[in-house]
This record gives sequence, structure tokens and C-alpha cells, in this order.
Amino acid sequence: MFYREAGQFKASYAEDQALFPIRQDRIGFIALLVIAFAVVPGIASDYWLTAILIPFLIISLAALGLNILTGYAGQLSLGSAAFMAVGAFAAYNIELRLPWMPALASFALGGLAAALIGIAFGLPSLRIKGFYLAVATLAAQFFIPWLLTKVGWFSNYSPSGVITTQPVQIMGFVFDSPARKYLLVLAIAVVLALAAKNLVRSGIGRAWMAVRDMDVAAEVIGIPIVRTKLLAFAVSSFYCGVAGALYAFAYLGSVDPDGFNLDLSFRILFMIIIGGMGSILGSFLGAAFITLLPIFLDILLTEGALAFNLNLEAGVTSMAQLVVFGALIIFFLIVEPHGLARLWQIAKEKLRLWPFPY
Amino acid sequence: MGFFFEVLIGGLLAGVMYSLVALGFVLIYKASGVFNFAQGAMVFFAALTFVGLREHYALGFWWAFAIALATMIALGVLTERIVLRPLVNQPQITLFMATIGLAFFIEGVAQLMWGAKVYPLDIGLKDEPIAALLQELDMVISRFDLTAALVAGVLVTVLAVFFQVTRVGRALRAVADDHQAALSVGIPLKTIWAIVWSVAGFVALVAGLMWGARNGVQFALTFVALKALPVLILGGFDSVLGAIVGGLIIGAAEKLAEVYLGPVLGGGIEGWFAYVAALLFLLVRPEGLFGEKHIDRV
Repeated sequence: MFYREAGQFKASYAEDQALFPIRQDRIGFIALLVIAFAVVPGIASDYWLTAILIPFLIISLAALGLNILTGYAGQLSLGSAAFMAVGAFAAYNIELRLPWMPALASFALGGLAAALIGIAFGLPSLRIKGFYLAVATLAAQFFIPWLLTKVGWFSNYSPSGVITTQPVQIMGFVFDSPARKYLLVLAIAVVLALAAKNLVRSGIGRAWMAVRDMDVAAEVIGIPIVRTKLLAFAVSSFYCGVAGALYAFAYLGSVDPDGFNLDLSFRILFMIIIGGMGSILGSFLGAAFITLLPIFLDILLTEGALAFNLNLEAGVTSMAQLVVFGALIIFFLIVEPHGLARLWQIAKEKLRLWPFPY
Repeated sequence: MGFFFEVLIGGLLAGVMYSLVALGFVLIYKASGVFNFAQGAMVFFAALTFVGLREHYALGFWWAFAIALATMIALGVLTERIVLRPLVNQPQITLFMATIGLAFFIEGVAQLMWGAKVYPLDIGLKDEPIAALLQELDMVISRFDLTAALVAGVLVTVLAVFFQVTRVGRALRAVADDHQAALSVGIPLKTIWAIVWSVAGFVALVAGLMWGARNGVQFALTFVALKALPVLILGGFDSVLGAIVGGLIIGAAEKLAEVYLGPVLGGGIEGWFAYVAALLFLLVRPEGLFGEKHIDRV
């Protein structure tokens, strides 16, 4: 009823290949953007903005990056947090050494730096695959934070390796309040998400998917496998790098290399598994899920303990979190390997026929 | 020169401990083609159950060992039933991710059961130099390390014989080669998986006791497994011998690098040296030292 496509004819290739070929999707997307840009900053409290929405958007970008690499190009990586660290530290250093550089440019350059490092650590993917590669990416995960801590130049010789980021300023406009930072992050996230959506629909994206499905066959049909794989690493690391720069500049303000640890990499991986591998929307759904779940669990456990008069041991919440995360990963892999994005798709298909069963 | 050999031998003995953990990985990989990321969590869980039983219920060593082993077998069987069976014929990478989830789950459950504190573990071995060697050769070699090496050696021999000679061992190798083919000639896949996860649980328990006795039983035990991964890359995922040789090489290289390269690079390189070394090695020989060469067919 609400989601009927009857009467929407595609009369040209352009219409057929449009980003949102169905009118309802188009309206829904625009409505979502209007709400996110105009309504949310007005009504959301500072707590919601700084503790939930900003980290959600930033981590979505990182998840998007990993999804490009793992979900689309089929190369599993456990080092996404390391590339975020590269982005954060590169952007910091560019702002520090070249003060005239606009903030947006230094974020982009931070992403590019991460892309270069990503290519370097993606080189093994030319010879190894699957979990061999996953283990190899752990090298990046352990090496990069160590390097950032040990070489003083990266953190401007701060003794603990902690960097405190410069205020974000674009054309004289300072992004200092939570609402402004939120808008900045939102704008970057929307632009990059749309770019990703277009990228995966293009020839490059199809080459990635061919490599994912079977790289030998892809090579046989003439896909330049070296370029395709390395490009996937580069683009993925770029997204992670920009996410890292935003993580430092718009979210935390001061970060240390150890903040970008294996745990963060795993959380990003969980986001794409739960959200949906090979789906742009899934990256966002997964990120929202993983960001909100701990908060929800915390409330549930505290309230539950109060209700039953139990005395909760310290740390129980974080242990329960591990259990729930682990169980959910297994659950999704078994029951719905395409994640929340697939559930959303099923819901849309149901709505198309609703209220009739067939 | 004496110092060099001391570092070398210390590294080799530490490497044996890595091998012990790596064995658990190889075992499951060989028999089911699953790269079990949860092995570290299993080591942690096994050791924690053991000390938890001793601490809370004042059980004797062998009672605690038996109950911990039974728990590990139950865990193995449950894993087979709940996680692996529904994922038969999925790509290896999916199974790998499932074991990451499993690792988180086990770590959480272990701590919910026994709490998150650090338990000391005494198995009657002192981590002190062997006096005779210290006097005769002026070398510091720990009795503890030597015993660990012996235990690992015995385990490896038993497992190698098990794989090569017994009926179950042969079935395990058949399943590793091809699930479907093994099923079609009548090998009970479910039983085989339950067996292999139980054996892996046993190896995890032994490794957990050894590592726990050295460092105390704590969450950090799970990171020991991360140390075993480069060992596996180097040695090859499907070779018991590879796990041993890889462990020795990584252990020795790591200690030597820490002592000789560490001061130059600023210390703390033990965390990544093994990985970077293994990574560079992969570029030369992607299947590892003793791994089977894999041929892709369309």
C-alpha cells in the first residue's frame, strides 16, 4: 500500500540506473536528510549529539570503508582501526605543519595518507587470501600504533603520544559546538556515502564484486586483478582515514594511538557483519546497532538489577556485552548473512504487496 | 657469544609455548578447514575454569583437570552443534568470522562465570634457572620452560601419531580435504567435528595451564593466541610440524630482535615483530614453510 511502484515506468537508461529508482525511496531519502540536517540539531540534546550521533556517523564511515573492502571486494581486514589512526595523525600533522591548509583539505589528505598505507598493507592480498590475509592485516594493526607512539614526530613530541587536535575551521567559520560538529560530520558522511554508493555501482564496483565472488574467474574474464584489489584497499583505507581524522577532530579532540586498537577494528567488523556485508545502508545500520547496543544493555542490566534487587558486580555490563556481541555475530552469520540491510529489503518487499499475502 | 645463545635458547623455549597454542589452531584447521580464532579464548576459558574450580571448590589438581577437560569437551560439542553444523558448506571466511564471534562469546562467559580478577596458578614448577646448567655452562635456562618444551614435545608426537595412524585420524584428514566427499563415503562429519573440537579443548587446557602458571590466569591469556597467529602463517596452517618449527623460529627471532634490534628501534617491538616478519615471509611463500600448496580452479 505504502510502497507501491505501479505506474512508475522507467523510460530511459538514466532513469533505470538512477540512485533511487523508486519514488518512495527518493522521497524517503530526502526526508531523512532534511530531518538529519534541519530538525535533529534543533531538538537533540548535547549528550545525544556528542555521545551518540557524532560517534555513530564517524564510525559508520569506517564501517563503510571496511564494507567496501570486505563486503564488496571480499578481502577481510582486521586492521581498520590502524588506518583510522593513520588518518587522524596525518590530518593532525598537516594542520600542525601547514596551518594555512583548510580543515576539509587536511581531512582529505589524512584519508589519502591512510590510502597509501592501505595500499602498502594490501600488497600481500595479491598473493594470499581469506584468513591468511586477515592475519596479515593484523601486522598493520600492531605495527602502526606502535610506530605512532614511538616516533615522536607524529605526535609533535608529546611524551605519551597523545595528540590534541586543532579547532576545526572552514573559511573562518569555527566548528566548536556539538551541533556544528554534528553538521560537519553529517555533511561529510552524506557526501562520502553517496560517493560510495555510486562507486560500487560503477565498473570498479562490479570488478570488486567479481573479485570477491571468485578472483581467478575474474582474472580470466579480463579484470586487472592487481589494480582492482589495491584500489579496494586504497578506497577502503581512505574512508577509514577520513573517519579517523573526524574521530580525532570532531569527536574526541585528543586521541592516543592505543585508542585505535584491535578492539575497535573488531567492532567495525561486527558492524558490517550485523549491518550487512556488501551494502552501503548496512554499514550505517550496523554502526547504529553496535553504537546503541551497549547503551541499551547498560540500561537494561542496571534497571534489571534494581528491579530484582541484585547487586551487580563491576564490569558485568562489559562482559555481558562481549557475550551478546559474540552471540549476535554467530546468529547473523547463520540466520541472515546479509544482515540488517537484508531485513530492511525484505520489509520493503512485504510492504509492496501489503495487505495481500502474494 | 654466551649471551647470544642464552637469548636464543630462551627464545626457542618461549617459542615452544607459542607452538602449544598454535597446535590447537592447526588441529581444528586440519580436521575441519575452520580457522578457529576462538582458540585463544578457549585457552583462557580452560585455564580460568581450572583455577576457578580449585579456588572456589578447593578441588585437587586432577579433579579440577578432569572437570575442566569435561567442560572443554562440552564446549567443543556445543560449538559443533550450534555454530558449525548450520554453517556447513559456507565459505571459509564466514566460518572464520563466526569463530571471532565465538571468541567474544567465550571470553564473556568465562568472565561472567569466574569473575575478571587475576588468579595465580601453581602447578608445582618453579620458574627458576636450572642450577646445574648455570654452574656448568653459565647459562640461564628455566626449569619451567624446559618442562613446557617437554610437554609440548609429547603432545606433538601423540597428535602426529594420532593423525597418521588411527582410523579417526585418517577420517579427520579426509574431512579436512573435502567435507562433501568425506560425507559421501560415510564419514560421520558431526562426530569428527565434535572429536576434533574436544581434542582442541584438551590442547587449550594444557596450553592454558602452562601459560597461566607463568603469567597468572587473566584476560591477557587471550592475546597469547594472537602471538600464535604469525607462527601459523610462517609454519603453514595445516602442518603440525609447521606449528612447532614456526613457533621456534618466531620465539627465537622475537627475543633476538627485542634484545638486538629493540634498543635501536625504541623497544616494545615484540608486539608486532612476529607479524611483520611473517607478513614479509608470506610475500615469498604464501603457503608457509610446511603448508600445502593450494591450486585455484575456476
